[in-house]
Amino acid sequence: MTSREKSWKEISPAGVCWKSSTGFLTGDWKTYKPVRDLEKCTKCLLCVLFCPDGAIHWKPEKGDIEFDYNFCKGCGICANECPTKAIEMKL
Amino acid sequence: MKNVLKQEALALNGDEAAAYAAKQSDVDIVAAYPITPQTIIVEKFSEYVANGEVETEFVCTESEHSALTACLAASVTGARTFTASASAGLALMHEMLFVTSGCRAPVVMAIANRALSAPLNIHGDHSDTMAQRDSGWIQIYVENAQEVYDSVIQAFRIAENPEVLLPVIVGLDGFTLSHSLENVQTLSDDAVKKFVGTRQIPLVTTHEGKRVPFRLDPENPMTMGPVAFPNYYFEFKRQQEEAMGNALKVIQQVNEEYAELTGRSYGDGLLDLYCLDDAEVAVVCLGSTAGTVKTVVDELREEGVKAGLLRIRAFRPLPVDGIVKALGKVEAVAVMDKSMSFGGSGGPVFHEVRHVLYDLPTHPYVLNYVYGLGGRDTKSSQIRGIYEDLQRIVQTKHVETLVNYVGLRE
Repeated sequence: MTSREKSWKEISPAGVCWKSSTGFLTGDWKTYKPVRDLEKCTKCLLCVLFCPDGAIHWKPEKGDIEFDYNFCKGCGICANECPTKAIEMKL
Repeated sequence: MKNVLKQEALALNGDEAAAYAAKQSDVDIVAAYPITPQTIIVEKFSEYVANGEVETEFVCTESEHSALTACLAASVTGARTFTASASAGLALMHEMLFVTSGCRAPVVMAIANRALSAPLNIHGDHSDTMAQRDSGWIQIYVENAQEVYDSVIQAFRIAENPEVLLPVIVGLDGFTLSHSLENVQTLSDDAVKKFVGTRQIPLVTTHEGKRVPFRLDPENPMTMGPVAFPNYYFEFKRQQEEAMGNALKVIQQVNEEYAELTGRSYGDGLLDLYCLDDAEVAVVCLGSTAGTVKTVVDELREEGVKAGLLRIRAFRPLPVDGIVKALGKVEAVAVMDKSMSFGGSGGPVFHEVRHVLYDLPTHPYVLNYVYGLGGRDTKSSQIRGIYEDLQRIVQTKHVETLVNYVGLRE
């Protein structure tokens, strides 16, 4: 989670964050990860809207979406909402 | 002691003394919920607000849990914050007591100590604050209304010291102190304002690596009290322990500085020693009981009995070294507890005093006397009985009962 764990003498009191929340890679909490079947995906972008962690990005330059596994917690909402069942949650 | 300030004697009960001290201490926010026997503090303070005598924002909350939550929220923005409670009200704050100390919010709270239900009882004992012993709050127990006034003023200086940054409870015995009128020597508004000063805010490092004041501020956003996983939680708790250690020194310094201003001090601020220098038998207690014990000590001394008293003023942080020094040479010690730790073989003060003396090569006999639960009066004759027990133990070198109950019908 962090490069070097700090001692109690080095950290600010009361849990004041010493790095941005994007520095905490919460994606390592997940058990299942979403995997997409490119044949079935219609790029409707519903998964992008439904992802509670903003971990599915629309990449205009690629004209496609991308899962950010650093922050995806594996909740499976995208797979549940996908109208063409193009997302499968895999171990 | 020569240049003490001119003071005015006011007839105040303990609750009024707490409210008056808070009024003079330039408090920004008071969020509170009334409960017997603390009610007068809240009533009095709302009067000050209604009359425009203070600039304090007064927040009426729907419960004590909310009251302390509001105080915590105000305190982490850098505001000076005060509240008061007792008994079931303090119990309802339980969760937020830990959040407040964990967030290092220097809230000051007066507690008019009262028994806990059931059965319902509104009278004074220490069950409420002793149940919150491990919540990370500094705990100061006072002997009279004068000390209520002095301690509430001092509490802001202790809590807000950057080396401490911990919330403080000032415990005054319900009814015995909260509702008893005394002549209280008071300082001028200006003198108190100067003594407490403006709240000092230390610097901390944010996620952007900037050194900024440790407070919630839109200009310098920071997250305070977020989740800490097993890899960090422990470190934050160790910091709180360090702050408690620092408080030992700060409480003494504030006591000294206050003495220069007023001519009043309470022992070294942590412990109040009475006739202990050559004492053979001694009583240890908290709060207003010390007044009764002192009278008995005076009588016994006249009779040639080497009796002494140790009043613990700061129960958290516990002045370990001071207790060892004060009691190390005494032959028999009676520790008085105004609360119980059911099934724990004695009360909390007994446990701690006895534990502190363990490392001495020869320790005194240390017994426990549980007394005054639910506000039962403890008479001087009963205190005398305790000293007689101690004298008998010194002579016979035999302790009959370790945990005793004062004034209980058998």
